[in-house]
Amino acid sequence: MNTRGLRSQLKDSVPVTGLCPQAGPYGVQDSLRRGFSSVKNELLPSHPLELSEKNFQLNQDKMNFNTLRNIQGLHAPLKLQMEYRAARQIQRLPFLPSSNLALDTLRGSDDTIGFEDILNDPIQSEMMGDPHIMTEYKLGIL
Amino acid sequence: MATVSVCQYHRGGFSFENCKRNALLEADINKLGLSSPAARKTGTTICGLVYKDGVVLGADTRATEGMVVADKNCSKIHYISPNVYCCGAGTAADTEMTTQIISSNLELHSLSTGRPPRVATANRMLKQMLFRYQGYIGAALVLGGVDCNGPHLYSIYPHGSTDKLPYVTMGSGSLAAMAVFEDRYRPNMEEEEAKRLVRDAIAAGIFNDLGSGSNIDLCVITKGKVDYLRPHDMANKKGVRTGNYRYKHGTTGVLTKTVTPLNLEVVEESVQTMDTS
Repeated sequence: MNTRGLRSQLKDSVPVTGLCPQAGPYGVQDSLRRGFSSVKNELLPSHPLELSEKNFQLNQDKMNFNTLRNIQGLHAPLKLQMEYRAARQIQRLPFLPSSNLALDTLRGSDDTIGFEDILNDPIQSEMMGDPHIMTEYKLGIL
Repeated sequence: MATVSVCQYHRGGFSFENCKRNALLEADINKLGLSSPAARKTGTTICGLVYKDGVVLGADTRATEGMVVADKNCSKIHYISPNVYCCGAGTAADTEMTTQIISSNLELHSLSTGRPPRVATANRMLKQMLFRYQGYIGAALVLGGVDCNGPHLYSIYPHGSTDKLPYVTMGSGSLAAMAVFEDRYRPNMEEEEAKRLVRDAIAAGIFNDLGSGSNIDLCVITKGKVDYLRPHDMANKKGVRTGNYRYKHGTTGVLTKTVTPLNLEVVEESVQTMDTS
């Protein structure tokens, strides 16, 4: 699945805007795909909560794994992360909605309701993502 | 094609796309000297206290929108679970949605554990959610209930801090209500005395604070029973009109009376069918 080596691995972490320029594969600004860039747009997030919300799930996971490591040793988070990685691979094509049932069960979010279930539910969005762009991004070709 | 988010599957939750545009619009409006519409708040008096057998929660019923009363009889005591209720002050939508989300989560949690929910669980869920949003969700709550460990009362601030106390007040009329509590509260009161004290505290908020008004709602929670008294006391009933400007029949004497029938003939009759499919 990952055909382009390191670059496709890097994209899994959520970038913090302002620290890395929106470089395309040739190192220059990719206006067609990323839109116009302005220094002000990238330095300041449009809302103080934007960054923390984008990274919230990642930060929660990191914190939980750290606690687990401190309490129960290295093997516990290691095994859980392996299971997460396996569950994350059970997906439909990138532009189609996947139920993420295994991942939800592991995380425990199958019996919680948050704002992500009520507001902006992706199943009810009127527009679909462009299949070509999204598949290319997933394979790391973009 | 304008952002990175186009390449990944769209996630739910809050969307910050319009924040910059809104900030620009706000600046433009302020330059013209006008002001953008304000969110509906429940500038409020809410309070709660722990008495001998349980918890009494009280709230007024006025919702304001800027300087205008938006709702004369809104309900501020929200259901969380059969033994836990929550009063909400602050932005009305925020308190509604937050309490509904926590109520759902608590129900799922209690189904998963197989035990009746505890007040401390609701408190922790609320506090973690409000801290996550750093105070942007403007909900100040008074959470009270009775569980297996007895009666509990918490006050929760919009930024996520909580206090566990025997009597709490929140909202714009909280100082007036707290003055009444500080004067007359005793531990282990009887139910009638506790209800009267909460009623007086809310009345103090209603009559001395512009943001609170109308009726007083009470909620008495004990081990097996919940009494939701809405309204407990209609402190501000709208007055009944004493006089009437309409003249009675026969006030003016009739001198003459002529009747002229108008003969109208049907000139044209057309039927237009509605498309009700």
